[in-house]
Amino acid sequence: MRSVTVVGASLAGLSAVRALRAEGFEGDITVVGKELHLPYDRPPLSKEFLKGNLDAEALALSEPYEYEDLEANWLLGESAVRLDPGARTVTLAGGQELQSDGVVIATGAAPRTLPAADGLAGVHTLRTLDDALALRAELLDGMPRVVVIGAGFIGAEVASTAHRLGLHVTVVEALDVPLERQLGRDMGLLAASLHTDHGVDLVCGTGVTGFAGEGRVAGVHLADGRTLPADVVVIGVGVRPATDWLVDSGVELDDGVVCDAGCATSVPGVVAVGDIARCPNPFTGRHARIEHWSNANEQSRTAIRTLLTGVSAQPPATAPYFWSDQYGVRIQLAGHVPAGARPRIVEGDVDSRSFAAVYEIAGEPVAAVAMNQPKLFNRLRRKLTPALAAVAS
Amino acid sequence: MITVCRIDDLPPGESIRVTEGVPAPVAVFHTEDGEVYALDDTCSHQDASLSDGWMEGCFVECPLHAAFFDMRTGNPTCAPAKFPVRTHQVSVENGHVLLHISVGEPA
Ligand SMILES: Cc1cc2nc3c(=O)[nH]c(=O)nc-3n(C[C@H](O)[C@H](O)[C@H](O)COP(=O)(O)OP(=O)(O)OC[C@H]3O[C@@H](n4cnc5c(N)ncnc54)[C@H](O)[C@@H]3O)c2cc1C
Ligand code: FES
Repeated sequence: MRSVTVVGASLAGLSAVRALRAEGFEGDITVVGKELHLPYDRPPLSKEFLKGNLDAEALALSEPYEYEDLEANWLLGESAVRLDPGARTVTLAGGQELQSDGVVIATGAAPRTLPAADGLAGVHTLRTLDDALALRAELLDGMPRVVVIGAGFIGAEVASTAHRLGLHVTVVEALDVPLERQLGRDMGLLAASLHTDHGVDLVCGTGVTGFAGEGRVAGVHLADGRTLPADVVVIGVGVRPATDWLVDSGVELDDGVVCDAGCATSVPGVVAVGDIARCPNPFTGRHARIEHWSNANEQSRTAIRTLLTGVSAQPPATAPYFWSDQYGVRIQLAGHVPAGARPRIVEGDVDSRSFAAVYEIAGEPVAAVAMNQPKLFNRLRRKLTPALAAVAS
Repeated sequence: MITVCRIDDLPPGESIRVTEGVPAPVAVFHTEDGEVYALDDTCSHQDASLSDGWMEGCFVECPLHAAFFDMRTGNPTCAPAKFPVRTHQVSVENGHVLLHISVGEPA
């Protein structure tokens, strides 16, 4: 293999470049990225950066000396629009064609939005640095009434940050219990109470039907007939994988790029990594995309070994890991919480928002959740059993 | 010089965060191999306490994003940390862990 094209210049793309060099690849690397920025860190966009405590330079995922060592060619502000599977040619929006021996798909995901919000100023989604700058400008401008649609992790973090900025925040969630799918019912209820602990209004079990305002948003219409007045609205209702450019490429798509455990796609010489890759995972027992920072950071090692050897590499035996910071509480989660499972508190207590808990299948720990207990959490995380093995036992 | 604790209260595999008498929090580690090390507690990447980290030999893994630091030098060995953390001198005398804070730049 003499040349590799990486499509997507964020965490997964950068870690793919790092992995290529770490595995001794000496050929040409070209990275194509839609955004004008070199890779930056997204998690602070809903946390310290949104609060105004960090500048954009602090988000940089790498430094000039590393870029020099990596010797990759970065085509920024360029979008891939097509992949020809036979010759592995990536076509860019401007018509340029990049032919290479290997392709890494790392185009991540983009936020879902609500069609009713189209063209309405004051309605935001949050994925990119530019999104965060636009939202931050409005929040720091003292736009006092903020409605966050969706009480998932990003919605909850934005609500927490806006609350810290002294704004009046309401969170609207369609489900009865926020984050139930990710954290289970008990912990979902606890996550809900983080909002209400701080006087943030949480409206659950109610959908959004539309928006008030001409040109600029003035309110959010709810399915129960109410309208919540709003100066700024943030939509945090999940993401969809950025696979548009792969339609008709021969790469099998189904809620992301369908991969095996080694990140191989259905097309030889093409691998996928990060939020876009749908790999089977023994720890979760699922064949699902993993929208976690640590996955995008670490999975490239596996994908690149697969790409360079032509044989699907074995992924490391570690459970997927995620963290979230809300209202001064650090939530950490590893593994996949089985539907309907109840947590067993290992230490601490829920009321003080400082505890670590495990979820078990047949007596084997398959997931760990903690609030403000990083040390114990990291010990529990290492003892998790793959859900598949636990089910079989 | 600061007396951190009795070495018996910091068994191998344990770490402790020192906040009193220091300009910034310091993490003191007692490795499974019996070595004692001290580093600035705050990860050089973002906001996490290395004293909450996981020790492997003379390395500690940050509890938030899993950067590894060599406790002998304070240097990170992998992403996402790009910069070293400062090391401090630490010794065990008469059953007590003693910390000598170094001033100045990281190694
Ligand atoms: C606000 C926010 C907060 C978060 N907080 C946390 C957290 O606390 N903990 C955690 O574990 N995770 C968190 N995450 C998730 C984490 O950031 C993602 O898992 C990670 O960014 C995934 O990296 P990726 O490289 O796979 O995808 P992305 O970061 O989405 O990058 C994909 C890149 O590809 C580019 N691209 C897309 N299409 C094309 C195309 N056709 N051609 C060229 N380029 C293209 C995009 O512009 C983008 O730059 C957060 C995410 C956000 C947005
Ligand atoms: S805070 Fe330590 S690696 Fe990120």
